[in-house]
Amino acid sequence: MRKFRQDAMRSFGSFGITFIWVTVGSWLIFMILLPQLIMLDFSFRPFLPLRKIGGPEDIYTLKNYIVLFTNEFHRAIFIKTIWTSVLVTTVALFVCYPIAFYLAKVARGARFAWILMGLIIPYWINELLRIFAWQLILADAGVLNKLLLAIDIISNPINFRAGNSAVIMGMVYAYILFMVFPLYNAIESLDRNQIDAARDLGSSWLRIHRRIVIPYAKPGIAVGCIMTFMLAAGSIAAPQLLGSPSSFWFSQVIYTNFECANWNQGAAYAMVLAGLCLIFIFAMLKIFKVDLKELAK
Amino acid sequence: MDQYVGQDIEIVDVGMRYEGSEEYAVSDINVYIKPGEFFSFLGPSGCGKTTLLRLVSGFLEPTKGKVLIGGENMRGIGPNKRPTAMIFQNLALFPLMTVAENIGFGLEVRGVSRADRRKKAAELLELVDLPGVENKKVSDLSGGQMQRVAIARGLAVEPSVLLLDEPLSALDLKLRQHMRTELRNIQKRTGVTFIYITHDQGEALTMSDRIGVMSDSGTIEQIAAADELYNEPETVFVADFVGENNRFISTVRTANNGYAVVETSFGQQLTGINPQQLSSGQQAIAFVRPEAISVLEDSKAGENIIKCKVKSISFEGAFVTIFLDIGGNQAFFMRRHNNGSTPFPEIDSEIDICFGAHNTRLLGTGTK
Repeated sequence: MRKFRQDAMRSFGSFGITFIWVTVGSWLIFMILLPQLIMLDFSFRPFLPLRKIGGPEDIYTLKNYIVLFTNEFHRAIFIKTIWTSVLVTTVALFVCYPIAFYLAKVARGARFAWILMGLIIPYWINELLRIFAWQLILADAGVLNKLLLAIDIISNPINFRAGNSAVIMGMVYAYILFMVFPLYNAIESLDRNQIDAARDLGSSWLRIHRRIVIPYAKPGIAVGCIMTFMLAAGSIAAPQLLGSPSSFWFSQVIYTNFECANWNQGAAYAMVLAGLCLIFIFAMLKIFKVDLKELAK
Repeated sequence: MDQYVGQDIEIVDVGMRYEGSEEYAVSDINVYIKPGEFFSFLGPSGCGKTTLLRLVSGFLEPTKGKVLIGGENMRGIGPNKRPTAMIFQNLALFPLMTVAENIGFGLEVRGVSRADRRKKAAELLELVDLPGVENKKVSDLSGGQMQRVAIARGLAVEPSVLLLDEPLSALDLKLRQHMRTELRNIQKRTGVTFIYITHDQGEALTMSDRIGVMSDSGTIEQIAAADELYNEPETVFVADFVGENNRFISTVRTANNGYAVVETSFGQQLTGINPQQLSSGQQAIAFVRPEAISVLEDSKAGENIIKCKVKSISFEGAFVTIFLDIGGNQAFFMRRHNNGSTPFPEIDSEIDICFGAHNTRLLGTGTK
């Protein structure tokens, strides 16, 4: 630590170090810490008309948090959001693992470049527009229904947007990179000889993945799942554009609260969602037996 | 060790060209490896040795020709179905498994119960002289220990053929020399056919029953036992690559009875063995080993006598290397035992050296 300080002193000088401290420090305080603390403060205060704020009724209370348990409608949405996000994460993992493995260990040269481009180029477009595209694909008179009708697989258009299926599909697509890249990173560093050695010892491909590749890719799987889950749980565009009233998302509840000026309720729900994500992160780390340090890699 | 049965390998007219490549990585490979033989492929890096090993193990399919193991054609049979086990250059032990799990992996694949796998792992660790490390993590082992575990893992599936891809190259010198003996012992004890790939001739010469020398062009130059390879190289490449040699570019003058007289580029006449039956006027390279040369006063024998000047002397303990000047850029050196009493010639002094015709080998520069 002392050496680090001396090195820093030598390369930046005392003015430079002060500058770094002040800029990084104020960024941390004003952009991250303070807004969160204000939200936390809001979440523990009752929703009051403007004139009563700061009055005798403006006291700390758990009321906003308790609503989640008393309001059946909100509770159901909350649970459904968790469940569906888990589903999105799982589907994304199953879709992305083969892609990541193919990219990391099979594809070479031009083919690798093409697949990578195919994955990345859609991300040059705004998330909102990507989800609109899915709206066009999944609509009653959309591309997919037309295709299925044309080849006589179905006789009536399927209403994809009735349940959660459209939302799930849209989200899996929207967050595919956040799953592919952590997995790719993890698998890429696996020594090709490990796979060959397992094969040489008689292993089937399934067992090679189960015993060699997946255990090795655990940190990547954990990171990918965490990212996808957090993005899915906090998503607003996909449920708004692809969802039906029955697929209302918890983030939409939070949004509505803020919109209706009930910032206190919104803040409390936002805190609950943040807490949920934290719990998910630690659960994943526990399940995959990954150190917090390994995630940083 | 009666569970092991070494099988023979027949490599017939094998050529391998990688997809998208114009040239063959290896070509015209014809080798018969006997059951239970320790066979080495020796060659410079990039000569296609590893390609050849991967053709035998099944990771590659030959473009031409066929590989037979135990008389059975291996075409279309994947590496997981062949009676071979490979020891990789970097060993490729599974880092997330214990030693016992590593060794037992091939058995796990074959549905052997956990208890039996452990028993077998203990047995094999005994065989490779590393008992009691079953529960250690791979990363806790030293280089030599990892080596042994890798061999145990390969032997666990009871292969007929063990393929070794320069497995000793990562070890330090002492350990490498020790592991040579060890490998040879394990091979003797099990009777499994070993195919060993190396660019280190010391390894190949000390361990192998026979050696196939490969040249940069991906073809086999000569297949022979170590002493034969060293004493009777059949091609210029082998004479250059195996051991140290003096080489004189020369032209054949007369040839008869398996011997020939050549004239070197510096005008010296030399007599030597003519195994390729080169005839008068053909280009040849005359090879003579540095240890076959002696100072004329020390020994009266030797058909070939050259007058030269002592350039420098390098003392290497058991022997002495004397660099000689015979004019031009011709590199020339002799090697002599240090018997402790014979004095070394003085630098810049003029001496006559001699060597026998039977120690001089004349090989044609044309392709084989």
